[in-house]
Amino acid sequence: MRKIFLIFRKDFLVEWRSKQIFPTMFVFSLLLLLIFNVAFEFRSDINFRAVSAVIWITFIFSGLLALGRSFSLEKENNAFAFLLLTPVSRSCIYLGKLLSNVVMVLLSELFILPLFLLFFLLNAKGISLSLTGEILPFLGVVVLGTIGFVSLGTFFSSMALNTKLRDMMLPLLVFPLIIPVVITSVGICSSILEGKPFGYYAFSLQVLVSFDIIFILLCSILFEYLIEDSGD
Amino acid sequence: MRKILFFLTFALMVLATWMTLFYAPTEIVMGHVQRIFYFHMGTVWAATVAFTVVFVASIYYLVKETAKWDTLAYCSAEIGMLLLTLTIITGSIWAKPVWGTWWTWDPQLTTTFILWVLYAVYLVLRSGAGGRGKKARYSAIFAIIAYVDLPVVYVSARIKRGISPVVFGPGGGGIDPAMMHTLLVTLLGFTLLFVLLLGERRRIMNMENALYARGGRGG
Repeated sequence: MRKIFLIFRKDFLVEWRSKQIFPTMFVFSLLLLLIFNVAFEFRSDINFRAVSAVIWITFIFSGLLALGRSFSLEKENNAFAFLLLTPVSRSCIYLGKLLSNVVMVLLSELFILPLFLLFFLLNAKGISLSLTGEILPFLGVVVLGTIGFVSLGTFFSSMALNTKLRDMMLPLLVFPLIIPVVITSVGICSSILEGKPFGYYAFSLQVLVSFDIIFILLCSILFEYLIEDSGD
Repeated sequence: MRKILFFLTFALMVLATWMTLFYAPTEIVMGHVQRIFYFHMGTVWAATVAFTVVFVASIYYLVKETAKWDTLAYCSAEIGMLLLTLTIITGSIWAKPVWGTWWTWDPQLTTTFILWVLYAVYLVLRSGAGGRGKKARYSAIFAIIAYVDLPVVYVSARIKRGISPVVFGPGGGGIDPAMMHTLLVTLLGFTLLFVLLLGERRRIMNMENALYARGGRGG
């Protein structure tokens, strides 16, 4: 547990001091929101499903951008080889990386959400935003969905970097696999915005949580095989 | 052995074609177009078997690291891709007159489509991974994750209700015995066809590998 935290701290400090990924992600998300806004021309008659889709597409695209970066930093000066030399199991490295990626992606999402609110939801008809009714459940889904796509994203970014196609490979590998996250997260978010009762989206929530658990476990097991020898 | 399998597959496929066209009764509502369903089911069944073979062979590869498991997984994935493409085409031909559309995002169709994309990514990953050992390991890992992912995709796609027919199990209508015979023969025929193709593909792969090993030009 402590080892996971140490790797998390290392990655977080690197980002904190270099400030490379975070601003890029933020500006990229902002641009995506802008593009969606001019493309859809939302007025007050907002389709909650479409708005939820907008925010999740923004999160996933900008998130993958950051994840592609997280392992390429390790490639510089061959830092990853030294990380492997430390007396830490591979699963721990994966979990530490996962934790730092989740925190970083969540932080940038936290900055994007108020703007999303301002651009898309504030003048929407038939919306009531209360802290316990909508905002907290919404944030909860954001956390769960982010864990879902970052778990596979972290895993495959280390794989994609070692292929010939590099960054091109990452979305190809991750997008088809995270379809359940997209379906459930967008579904739950739009249900919340529409003011549906909890029972309406409880099943989706179960699927989302199971997705998170299944793939964190599977990825931390398979990570041992993924980086067996960084030689080839 | 190879010859026996070949003739058995050939005979069964001819029999399946004959049964599909003449032996099976015409479905009352859908008419003759329903007959394509036997081959639709045959291909999707064999594609599922192929995907499972890829999954099992990938696990074996990660544990044992012998090249033959990787070859098996790759050959199976290739044939599975072919069979699944046929599934989607036959399904589309069936759906146009019956549902009035070539394609719809019903859970079964969504899942089939994603399975097809996963096969495609698997093959792309193999062509773009790099060295042989890395290629084998990465594609094996991807195959395992994809296989586990697929049921989750199906469950999440089912949150929206579907219209694909459920023939068996609770809620299924049950079918005419003659139709059942036809279906069983077709399923068996396609299973044998898959085994035959897999064997042949592996022979070709092994020949290729042997040629490379002899110092032929790498490709």
